[in-house]
Amino acid sequence: MSGSIRSIDYSTELEVGSHWSLKLRRGSVMRLSDTSGGANVGMLFYNPENLLERYNAPDTLKCQHTFKLTKGNCLYSDMGRIFASIIDDNLGWHETVLGNSHASHVEAKWGKRDYQQDHNHWKQNGHDAFLVELAKYGLGEADLAANLNWFSKVLVSDAGDMKLDATHSKAGSQVVLRFEMDTLVLLHTCPHPLNASEFYPEKSIQIELGQAQGLTDDDYCLNYRPENGRGFKNNTLYHLGLGA
Amino acid sequence: MLIESHLNPENAICRELVDAGDYYIGVVKAGETFRILDIEGNQAADTLFFNATNPSERYSAMDTIREQGNVYLTTGSQLRSNRNNIMLEIVADTCGRHDTLGGACATESNTVRYDLEKRCMHACRDSWMLAIAENPEYGIRKRDISHNINFFMNVPVTSEGGLTFEDGISAPGKYVELKAEMDVIVLISNCPQLNNPCNGYNPTPVEYLVWNAS
Repeated sequence: MSGSIRSIDYSTELEVGSHWSLKLRRGSVMRLSDTSGGANVGMLFYNPENLLERYNAPDTLKCQHTFKLTKGNCLYSDMGRIFASIIDDNLGWHETVLGNSHASHVEAKWGKRDYQQDHNHWKQNGHDAFLVELAKYGLGEADLAANLNWFSKVLVSDAGDMKLDATHSKAGSQVVLRFEMDTLVLLHTCPHPLNASEFYPEKSIQIELGQAQGLTDDDYCLNYRPENGRGFKNNTLYHLGLGA
Repeated sequence: MLIESHLNPENAICRELVDAGDYYIGVVKAGETFRILDIEGNQAADTLFFNATNPSERYSAMDTIREQGNVYLTTGSQLRSNRNNIMLEIVADTCGRHDTLGGACATESNTVRYDLEKRCMHACRDSWMLAIAENPEYGIRKRDISHNINFFMNVPVTSEGGLTFEDGISAPGKYVELKAEMDVIVLISNCPQLNNPCNGYNPTPVEYLVWNAS
């Protein structure tokens, strides 16, 4: 799918309601695949060197003059640096403003989260999933920021009314991230907060990890917007002395 | 929705003029009402709210827009916290639309948006950093500084997924009024941005007024 991936070295599948976190080095890639269609992946980024630096959705959107995210867009920290670039995307629209469901939403729609009854098929919610992963790094609710919701498209009318496009992501949808600095990645596969399905969705996600090709001057993301060129320069400054 | 207030500024218990590039921080008690007045028009007031007894509970743009099903804020909007509790409600608004998607300006994001050499131009986040450094008694830390409301700012989303900073729809004398549903810390940066139309390229003062619970 992408000429910018050098190798895929690890692959795993996460069922709906799962959460995970890991540190990804600069130069690594993450390919997310919606294996059954209609999935959602919530994601947040932190700088492992300084956990106060985190993904900033407003800065990401306004500096690229966009409400949706797709190939070419870069994902910015609150310090003007690029955590990751979207180097490939066959879907065209991912959202980053609606956040997560809380336990109360999931319970009202689909019933209570109940490990005793449901074991690992319990109805986990995105907010609590992030809180669990945050706590592993000494972080808490104060560190929670507006997250990415991969594979989810929210339409906005002229009056500002929002609607989730429930048929947006088909089986086989893929998005590829290339990490431009060392990044602590937190993710969950809980349903999108506007998901109005009759039942708690049974979806799964494939995650592949590997190495990216080196960045070239004609890189699509680097040249996608003039702002991204300046963002990459901020990363170069951050890595001064470390080599290319 | 355009709704005028019946409150009289002469009866306000607090009136503060906040110059562009300055901040205001203070507590509003549950039941009290406050107003931000755009004195000269087209002035963005970048505002954050915190639960006064636990600042880890704070205004959440995500929870607010999700619960009201609409991305813009106006009269009737209930401003929610990251715990999905109602913190405040907009009870009067003569502007009609306020933004909560665009976030605040920061010196670091200015380098990306405008020019690397604009890194030292004053920005809202620096006003907030000074506010939390000068007022440690509120217990607000850098990690608590998040996704704000831009009162008087117009950031329309298009059906194709675009987002732009448009010329403000505010004008001299427009105001927004909020009633607190819990004791809240109000932190305002009166925006110093000179590089886009959010302040009409001419940042001007706002007035902050508070009234007792009726």
